[in-house]
Amino acid sequence: MSFDVVWENIGLYLQGALLTLELLAISLLLGLALAVPLAVIRAGRGWASRAVWLYTYVFRGTPMLVQLFLIYYGLAQFEWVRQSAAWPLFSSAWFCACLSFVLNTTAYTTEIFAGSIRSLPKGEIEAARAMGMGPLTLLRRIVLPGALRRALPAYSNEAIFMLHGTSLASVVTLMDLTGAARSLNASNYIPFEAFITAAGFYLVLTLTLVGLFNRMEARWLKPILQR
Amino acid sequence: MILHGFLPSLLEGALTTLGLALSSLLGACLLGLLGALAKLSRSRVARGIAQTYTTLIRGVPDLILLLLIYFGGQVGVNTLALALGYPDYVEINPWTAGVLTIAFIFGAYMTEVFRGAFMAVPSGQREAGLAFGMTQFQVLRRITLPQMLRHALPGISNNWLVLIKSTAIVSVIGLQDLMTRGQQAAGTTREPFSFFIAVALIYLGFTSASELLFNRLRKRWAL
Repeated sequence: MSFDVVWENIGLYLQGALLTLELLAISLLLGLALAVPLAVIRAGRGWASRAVWLYTYVFRGTPMLVQLFLIYYGLAQFEWVRQSAAWPLFSSAWFCACLSFVLNTTAYTTEIFAGSIRSLPKGEIEAARAMGMGPLTLLRRIVLPGALRRALPAYSNEAIFMLHGTSLASVVTLMDLTGAARSLNASNYIPFEAFITAAGFYLVLTLTLVGLFNRMEARWLKPILQR
Repeated sequence: MILHGFLPSLLEGALTTLGLALSSLLGACLLGLLGALAKLSRSRVARGIAQTYTTLIRGVPDLILLLLIYFGGQVGVNTLALALGYPDYVEINPWTAGVLTIAFIFGAYMTEVFRGAFMAVPSGQREAGLAFGMTQFQVLRRITLPQMLRHALPGISNNWLVLIKSTAIVSVIGLQDLMTRGQQAAGTTREPFSFFIAVALIYLGFTSASELLFNRLRKRWAL
């Protein structure tokens, strides 16, 4: 085995890692921003909750690769999409990857948060009501802080799944970490070296993410669990 | 004509996906059992190997592992064959690579499921079995394993739902699964949206049916 070729192309991997991180950051941040309001709706009752359920059900029940293909290749089927002002966006692999990742992670995150909101201790909410808090104040001061903290362990799993999910970007020609490894393998035929190097990068990223979430849990979750 | 006559092709692909997923599940359960027993064993070496296995797998994307096993395995097998004096080209087919990869990945997740489930069985059960004069293996087969499976059911069902969706990545190495069939039909007819929607609906059908099935099992084996 020779890692010389890999070392010569280490820049390719670093750029790939950067793109992987970019895709991850965009999908997690936008996903988080969308999932919080959706989870509040989902945790409630009525048709709005059912509409959100339908969305999460469909997106959690199908592979992310299919969702990516539907957006990237599928939308081009329609003449009006190709004529529309948004076409430059929908013909870009980067945009379609981001969009499908955001839609996917939002679905999972919404269910995680909604479950967390539903299982909040009833006493906390009753106490807040007894103090005379309105619904919005209750949400902002009691429900969301409690629910988001308790959702941290499950959410950290989702974040790691998402990190691994971004590797699908290479299937639509993006040069993320996986894309870098695939192009190096294609041009030099060194599958072991190329993919093991990428695996090493992902392992480091995963462990960093795990460490980050452990610190967040120590800071935000532990204090409310200890009595 | 429904889907320009591509429906049979899609259904064939769906069968391949289902077969691949079930074979992988079987492999994953076996690996998971071994992994869990290793993690709970007294041998430090076994614990170390199992720990490394689960950590490595959970740190690397499934696509990378698939490509590593498919392309790397190809090179590895041929180098080995040449060293053994076998000059012909040996080919690893996408099916083998797919099943191996997915079983290997979900074996790690199943290890955690089974480990937790084994620990949920009260130790008195095992001790009583041993006191009756059963061997370690008999205790495992007659007492711990059947009780453990009930505790493992929710974890198995979760992993199965993730697994069947994960199989979509084998289309990258050209296995004729549901995803590949959808891509071929989309390319031929130039109607990608219709076909990927059809593919998505079939996957949704698989996951919905699985969920129903597991819910019934859970009620039946309720603790």
